[in-house]
Amino acid sequence: MDNLDKQLLNLLQKGLPICEQPFAQVAEQVGSDEATVIARLEDMLECGLLSRFGPMFDAACWGGDFTLAAMEIPQHDFEMVNEIVNSFEQIAHNYERAHRLNMWFVIGTETAQEIFDVIAQIEQKTGYKVYNMPKEKEFFVGLYLPV
Amino acid sequence: MTAITITELERQYIVLTQDGLPLVPKPYHWLADKLAISVEETLAMTKDLLDRGVIRRIAAVPNHYKLGYKFNGMTTWDICDERAQEFGEKVGQLPFVSHCYLRPRHLPQWNYNLFAMVHGRTEQEIKEKQHQIKELLSDVLQTHQGQANDILTSTRILKKTGLRLRNGKK
Repeated sequence: MDNLDKQLLNLLQKGLPICEQPFAQVAEQVGSDEATVIARLEDMLECGLLSRFGPMFDAACWGGDFTLAAMEIPQHDFEMVNEIVNSFEQIAHNYERAHRLNMWFVIGTETAQEIFDVIAQIEQKTGYKVYNMPKEKEFFVGLYLPV
Repeated sequence: MTAITITELERQYIVLTQDGLPLVPKPYHWLADKLAISVEETLAMTKDLLDRGVIRRIAAVPNHYKLGYKFNGMTTWDICDERAQEFGEKVGQLPFVSHCYLRPRHLPQWNYNLFAMVHGRTEQEIKEKQHQIKELLSDVLQTHQGQANDILTSTRILKKTGLRLRNGKK
């Protein structure tokens, strides 16, 4: 990663200008040219330094509903419950976390009702309670990782 | 969570760009062509989607890990409900916080109502950031049961799949 890569990473995490030739405008800001900026971004995507480049959409526009849920699972049943939870296609992410509530997952469904159906099914199949923690309020989401 | 209403054309916009904006000199020309509308209309639609919050931003999304940000922790806080909105906004504005939400408590198992995900290059950095948040929240921190805050670190990823919009109507 050279200085130009770092400049591009720091600048483009904050956003690309909305205009006909955005990469030319970015090039001007970092003292480079359009072709170089595009080539550098291609390289950074290729090597995995960037996981994506483009619009980041609010999950709500996917038309469904989402929630975060947690469970308290004793070690001896953890793998059994993990298997059941992950078997639902509505589970997008699932993490083991170091807490009394040790399994945390995101449920994404087409309708709001389906969230409750999934939770009821998980509780019935595993025998453990699911703590539903839907977001009540979201604050500005904007991570900036300077390099 | 309230669903966002989008038009069919906007839905097409999402389907076309959910994998990314093409790295070509005139990406909105490419998009206009695919949507069969003018470049001006495509740019206006982009700005409108940003204004409405459908698009959060058009940006580079770095791989945390490859940039050296190998540590993250979900910090959780028990703050007084009356001022939760005000202080949630303050925490959300910190640059190292990637997600910040108010969520319901489940007493006695769970007494925290504010969640803030922090990222750092070292474990020490995470602790420092947790401390910064703690100072910011000092006036509103409370304890329903002995502890006012905690940090959830993930010990294992059990499942990770992306959310995608299907091409075509639901």
